[in-house]
Order: sequence, then structure tokens, then C-alpha cells
Amino acid sequence: MTIMMDTGNRIGAKAAVMAKPEVVAAYPITPQTTMVEAIAEYVARGEFKGEYICVESEHSAMSACIGASAAGSRTFTATSSHGLLLMHEMLHWAALARLPVVMCNINRVIGPGWNIWVDENDSISQRDTGWIQFYCSSNQEIFDTVIQAFKLAEHQKIVLPVMVNLNAFILSHTSMPAEIPEQQTVDDFVGKYVPHWKLDIDNPITFGNIIGPEHYYKVRRAMQEAQQNAKQLIPQIAKDWKKASGYFHGDLLEYYKCEGAEHILLSMGAIGAESKIAIDEMQKAGIKIGLARVRVIRPFPAEEIRKLGKQADLIIIDRNISIGSEGVLFNEAKAALYGESEAKATGFIAGLGGKDVTYKDIETMCRKAMNGSAKKQEWYGMED
Amino acid sequence: MALKDYPVDECLLQGNASCPGCPATIGLRLVLKALGKKTIMVIPACCTAVIESLYPHTSFDIPVMNIAFEAAAAGASGVEAALRQQGRTDITVAAWAGDGGTYDIGIQALSGALERRTNFIYICYNNQIYSNTGIQRSGATPYAAWTTTTVSGKNEFRKEMGEIILAHHIPYAAQTCISYPEDVISKITKAKNIQGPKYIEILAPCPPGWRFSMDKTVEMGRLAVDSGAWSLWECENDVMTFNGKSKLILEKKIQRKPVEEWIKYQGRFSHLFRPQRDEVRLKAIEDYTDNLWERYRKCYTTK
Repeated sequence: MTIMMDTGNRIGAKAAVMAKPEVVAAYPITPQTTMVEAIAEYVARGEFKGEYICVESEHSAMSACIGASAAGSRTFTATSSHGLLLMHEMLHWAALARLPVVMCNINRVIGPGWNIWVDENDSISQRDTGWIQFYCSSNQEIFDTVIQAFKLAEHQKIVLPVMVNLNAFILSHTSMPAEIPEQQTVDDFVGKYVPHWKLDIDNPITFGNIIGPEHYYKVRRAMQEAQQNAKQLIPQIAKDWKKASGYFHGDLLEYYKCEGAEHILLSMGAIGAESKIAIDEMQKAGIKIGLARVRVIRPFPAEEIRKLGKQADLIIIDRNISIGSEGVLFNEAKAALYGESEAKATGFIAGLGGKDVTYKDIETMCRKAMNGSAKKQEWYGMED
Repeated sequence: MALKDYPVDECLLQGNASCPGCPATIGLRLVLKALGKKTIMVIPACCTAVIESLYPHTSFDIPVMNIAFEAAAAGASGVEAALRQQGRTDITVAAWAGDGGTYDIGIQALSGALERRTNFIYICYNNQIYSNTGIQRSGATPYAAWTTTTVSGKNEFRKEMGEIILAHHIPYAAQTCISYPEDVISKITKAKNIQGPKYIEILAPCPPGWRFSMDKTVEMGRLAVDSGAWSLWECENDVMTFNGKSKLILEKKIQRKPVEEWIKYQGRFSHLFRPQRDEVRLKAIEDYTDNLWERYRKCYTTK
């Protein structure tokens, strides 16, 4: 075990390399670049022995990962924002083809205008592609989640691609210490990749030819079942990793001081980390409030949120907006509560375009929700 | 190569879902004979997605991965990288795409894969249209040809994809045509034994797309070559050789037939002949072809 004091991107790259993918295909985009540069350094030093394909676009990055995965190799890539959007077609393809590609996405604003700061509209807008989606809140969590992502993606009950999201700059470019386990620990945990299916000259199959209505729905249904399986396996794998490494960041959600809380804050990513300080401050002032940091948005933790709704009213912060509707976490949390809970849900849209959200802002939002002065969902810090 | 020397393996099975007279199946059969069973094929959206037949059936006796329209070369790059990691250098990776997937939507991924020196064979079967979607214009559609999106004939000349490929200076590039089985097999076989990126384009005259009788597929390919509307060549390590009649045309040992001799059998050009001859466009076609060959002679005169 060693301590690595480095940025989220470089710690994510370290985890990816330690999981020993056979093929990495990637294309540079700010603020993901330092992650693929780090992998290139591992290649140059001979510490990464896989193939590193510097493709000519993100669409090709995902296509190459799909080809490599279909040929029976463990694969990894990383992207951000517009790169993720360019991959959109192939994100669906990877999931429908049941290929366990693992990818880091650095959450960045979508243009125009050009803006490289954080918000989560990039990955949130890919939530229907069939990928499992994690959101990290510290560099240690990035490392641990990337390792867990390979284990999860390749599990025979899952066989789906996994996206590990980290917020631009706040995590991607901020140095924090992370404990790096021994290579043997990672090897033992992730194991050898055993493909669920592959292109094999000894067993020639035609994959992805024309499929009629009498068969297609089975593909979708199997994907849905795999996502449901992930609700059990994500907590299990998190627990197993805790045993192996000592680190645990929560299951589908991370519960922070929720005991006896009459209000529970739901937030994600870096705001999720900042929320802990806000909760501490408010609890010091005698307010009964806790935090449920959402680590996984696909599969959506509906049962867990329903349970929270039986205990407390919910305050939900979204760093995204589904234009014409509302914040996606707010929207889906309410859908989970529907007909099952009397809990009040108050939503805030905050931090779009990289606007800073401090613990004081979070506290202000929570107080507004608790004293009833907030609308059902309102924009915070972006009123003008 | 004599007929008796053709590889006996059939990797394209009988009972596939192609149209009668389909040139793609002629090409595929030859290509797969030459490549053999130790081949993985990556196929984007194109007619071959139909020729494969419906799940759970297949007309291929080799592993095939279907991939998105623009992604054949990138997908093949991934397959190739994985096989190299696994030490399976005995397996040939081939992409098989139409002209739409090559000239137009797939050109970026193709150029990238060639530039990265990916060890694979990219094969374009060129029927000069988006035929699978119902005969729309592509970058390969010739001037004046009718398609469903160029109702009175295409206004532009086709792009010279072969020369775009040559600009990548890959170890092997070639043009052939389904009407010359020996040429197809010998070029694919040669490509199979060369390391690095290989590109082979096969002209594939399409009866429903070009509007000719389904028993004329082979003849339409031969006339394309005889008229100089298509050429047979190969370029190995930047050394260009024209083959067959194309060599004779290049060296002016024979005169090419007028392109009119090729297009007059094709309903897609019928508006150039009826109700009256469109002399302007017919002349433009012959002039373009003359200029093309003059340029070939300047650039590629073989020693």
C-alpha cells in the first residue's frame, strides 16, 4: 500500500492501469486529457502492457473498445462532455451488445458557448443508454470505483458497460491523497476477464444481424434484468472491496448522519462531498438533517429513496436540468416516491456551467426548503 | 489462377437473403474463399446486414460483428488490437463495407485506422449508391446517374476514393471488380499476406440500383472496365500497377470504349437517351473520363 498524492484524473488512470485492460482506446478532450496522458506515460515506462490506440475521435474510441471487447479483451476509455455526446450511438451499441467496457467521464459543461467547467448534463443525458453510472466525490473514491467498475461490469449477472463520473477540475484536476493497494490486491479482486461472449473462429457466430420484433424485446428485457441485478451486486462488490482494501464509500447511496433526520438531502458528485460539511454545520445548530449522497444513478436507487421518504422530507440538488422538465434526480426521486410516501420533495438546480456551490450555499438551500420558503423546484444562485 | 485452383472453402453459405443477381454476394464469396475460415469480419450498416439473414440464422461461416454505419474501421481496430494482445496473429481482421460507409459516413474512421497502421484489410464493395436504404446518392455515385435523391441525375462527379487512400501511403491498396474473380482472389490473397493496413475496393454493379437486368451483373462490371469508367489497379508500397484492360488503356495499347457503351444498358442513365439524347451531359461524361485517364497517365505511368 502506498499513498498517491495526485489529481483525480491521474488517480483514475492509475486504477485503470492496475485493472490491466488489454486495450485502451481514447481521444483527448479537456478536462479528460491528463487522464489519457497519464496512461500514455504508463505505456512509455512499460508499466502498461496493453494496446493503447490513439483514435481519431471519441466515436472511434468507443467503437474500438466495442471491437476489442467483442474480441474478448478487457477494455477501458475516458472522455468528457462533447466527447461523450459524440459517443452516444456507440454507448447504446456497447450496452446492447453486452460488452463490459469501463469508462471514466469527466463531467463538463456542453457548448455552445465553450465552457470547460463542471456540470453533469453530459452524463445525465446518457442515462438511457443502458450503462451503469457512478458519481464520485473524492479521489480515493475514483480509484476504488474504477476498480469496482471492472468487477461489476464483467460479472456474469451484469455484463454491461460502466461509466465512472468525476466532476471537472473539482476532482479531475485537484490533488488529494489516495491509498493505492498492492497490485496483487487488485489482481485478486478484479480477477481474469472471462468474456460472456466473443468473436471466435472456432465458434463462428454472426453478432448483431437483423433481429425482428419477436426477439428484440428479449435483449432490452435482459439489460433491464442486469441493471436490477446491479442493485444487489454494487453493495456486495463495495463490501468485498472494503474487505480487500479497507475503503468503502457507500452502496447505491452513501448515508451520512441520517439517523433521526427529519430532512434528508440528496446530492451527487462534488456537491455530494461538500454537502457533508453543510450537514455538520446544520446538525451543530440542532437541525435534524442528514445526507444521502447518490453514488449510482443507473440503476436508479428507487427502493432506497422510497425508504428515505418514509423517514424524512427530501431536499434534492441537481447539477443538471432536463430542459422542459426539471432536474433529473429531483424528477426521478419524486417518481420513486409516488404513491408510496407522503414525503415532501423540494428541488434545487445549482452549479450549472461550473458555478461554484459551497457548503454555505447548500446550507442556504436546505434552510429554504425546511422553512417552506422554497418553490417546489427552484434555481439557486442563478436567479438573475 | 485457374478455376480449379480456387480455394474450396465456402464461408458464405447458401440460402442468404440477397437480391437475385447481387454483386455483393459474388464479391463476398470470392473474398471469403481467399481469406479463409481464420477471419473475423466487421460489417457496418450496408446490404450485407441483410445478406447475413435474420437472427437467429446467418449466412456466414466465420465470426462477424455488425457495427454502426461509420464505425467499421474503428471497430476493426479494436478487434485487431485485442487479437494482438491475445497472441492471435494467425487471424485476419477484415472490414467489409459499402461505398456509403466508406466514401461518406465512414471515411474518418477509415482514414484514422490507415494512419495508425492498423493491421487489417478494409474492403469496400462499391455499388455507387446507398442501395440498402433504397438507392440514394453517395459520394461514389457517378455524374448524371439517377438515384431517389438525384431525380434528374446527379450534378457532381464521384470522388476518387482510391486516390484518397493512396495519399495514406499504406503497404497495399487495390481496385478490382466482381466480374474478374481471379483478380479479386489474387488481390485479397496478396493483401492477406501483407502486414499493416490494406484497402481493396470492388466495383459491384447492382441490378435494382442501376436498373439493369439481373442476369447482366458480370457484364456491367466488364463494360465499366472496358469503358474506363472503372479501373483495375494495385499499389504496393507506393508502386502503382494497372491490371488487365486498365493497363492496356493506360498504356494506350487499346482505346477505351465510350462510357456510353456502359451506361446505355442502365436505367439510371435512361434520361440521357430518352426522349432525346442529352448531348451535353453525355459529352461531359466522356470528357471527364478522358481527363481522368490523362491524369492517371501523368501520375501513375508504370515503368
